[in-house]
Amino acid sequence: MAPSFREILNSGNFVVTSEIGPPKGTNIEKMLHHIDLLKDKVAALNVTDHQSSVMRFPSLGGCLAIKERGGDPILQMTCRDRNRLALQAELLIAYTRGIRNVLCLTGDAVPVGDHKEAKGVFDLDSVQLLRAIRQMESGKDLGGNDLDGAVEFCAGAIVTPEARPIEPQLIKFEKKVESGAEFFQTQAVYDLDNFAEFMQYARKFPVKILAGIVLLVSARMARYMNENVPGIFVPQYLIDELASAPKGEAVNRGIEIAGQMIATLKKESLCDGVHIMAIGREELVPEIMEVAGLSSSKSQT
Amino acid sequence: MKSITKQKPFDEIKEQLDRFDRVYITGCGTCATMTRTGGREEVMDMKGRLEELGKLVTGSTVIPTACDEMTEVAISEDKGAIQNANCILVMACVLGVHRVSLYIDKPVIPALDTLFIGVEDSPGDFREVCAQCGQCVLGETAGICPLTACHKGLLNGPCGGTNNGKCEVDREKDCAWTLIYQRLEAQGRLDLMRKYHAPRNSNVTLSPRMIKITSQA
Repeated sequence: MAPSFREILNSGNFVVTSEIGPPKGTNIEKMLHHIDLLKDKVAALNVTDHQSSVMRFPSLGGCLAIKERGGDPILQMTCRDRNRLALQAELLIAYTRGIRNVLCLTGDAVPVGDHKEAKGVFDLDSVQLLRAIRQMESGKDLGGNDLDGAVEFCAGAIVTPEARPIEPQLIKFEKKVESGAEFFQTQAVYDLDNFAEFMQYARKFPVKILAGIVLLVSARMARYMNENVPGIFVPQYLIDELASAPKGEAVNRGIEIAGQMIATLKKESLCDGVHIMAIGREELVPEIMEVAGLSSSKSQT
Repeated sequence: MKSITKQKPFDEIKEQLDRFDRVYITGCGTCATMTRTGGREEVMDMKGRLEELGKLVTGSTVIPTACDEMTEVAISEDKGAIQNANCILVMACVLGVHRVSLYIDKPVIPALDTLFIGVEDSPGDFREVCAQCGQCVLGETAGICPLTACHKGLLNGPCGGTNNGKCEVDREKDCAWTLIYQRLEAQGRLDLMRKYHAPRNSNVTLSPRMIKITSQA
């Protein structure tokens, strides 16, 4: 039997995860193509949950497709759209269908998305959701009632090493650790000195840290993220590098940057692995891995 | 406590008054006067606008505090003008609208939308400070309510959408948890931020909320 994601995390090998962005609509061809392309190349595949509060095909649906096609999914669960009943119910479905990994997130605010007048739920937060999972594993739901059949998940969370001020984020990170997070996928990191500093702190905790790698496809995208995406800081030298690329070449430069960054993280053993986010360009993930010198097998060495 | 209100778009008021040709207007001398949405000046302005529409304004008053029981007295003083109207336009918060509708058996139309309970930071700048959740946590959050001041109402610390102390929904808005962190740190009480807060009880007082207070606990 293939090793579980938790076993891979604890193997001591450099772990690679990536993510799938589901479509807005019922045309899932592209998503399935991305799944097939990546499922055997990475340890596990996240499926985003209405990323940026934009209504889409759900994470659970994408995770079921990954399961059906022989991959290992990481169910992303935000607290934005479901109250505690709905969150627990979804965990029950996920478990019965063989999904064993969950990433617990607060979720973006509703007004940043495409249904600006919708009600944000946030009945639980990410820390409480982690605890809910651990409680359900003990056979009780959040109401204290017995479950007829418990769940078991490898639960993770996120952290933003570039946030300013960083201290409140680190306090929350520690709360997540105390609440049962086993692994962290970070927000995109570009400044490796800053990330190394974060890792020096994070190493004290019994959790696995996968550095977030977001593919930069243009100088414009990098500037946009600096302006608009909280917790992301692309240093000027990387923006210059992308801007200096010949027309049509910026994306290749971005692949190079991402691949080299992963290679450095691995070579210097800065963290336990990486989480590669290509945001709509998932077909480029294998190229990034190639530049990084990562073999295309689930458990990297 | 102040009820913060905003005047409805005039087109909406116009539409609601469509079937009425004789209108009596009431304002409020307390919150709605402070927010300049239902004081004497605004009531007079509304009177002029309705008359331009061809309505007959049978009378108007600014009730000192439209939410309290003295409203009944204030209204009775203008009985004739009210009798003569076929609806009452209330330029007060919902509490005033509610009061007026208790005492006058005529259609009551709100001219304002009640936005939140808040304070005035500086003239004209109003801010919500309480969501009336029924489980006050201010003692542990340095007097800043995370349920109200954080867009997501998070109890266990900031989300990843905070940026240099600002909120992801609006760069003008402060991140509540950055403020809480700074204040707790200054007070030497950062340990409070590490405390786990369990999921909230959304039914502290069962909705529709009402309570009979019999003695001091």
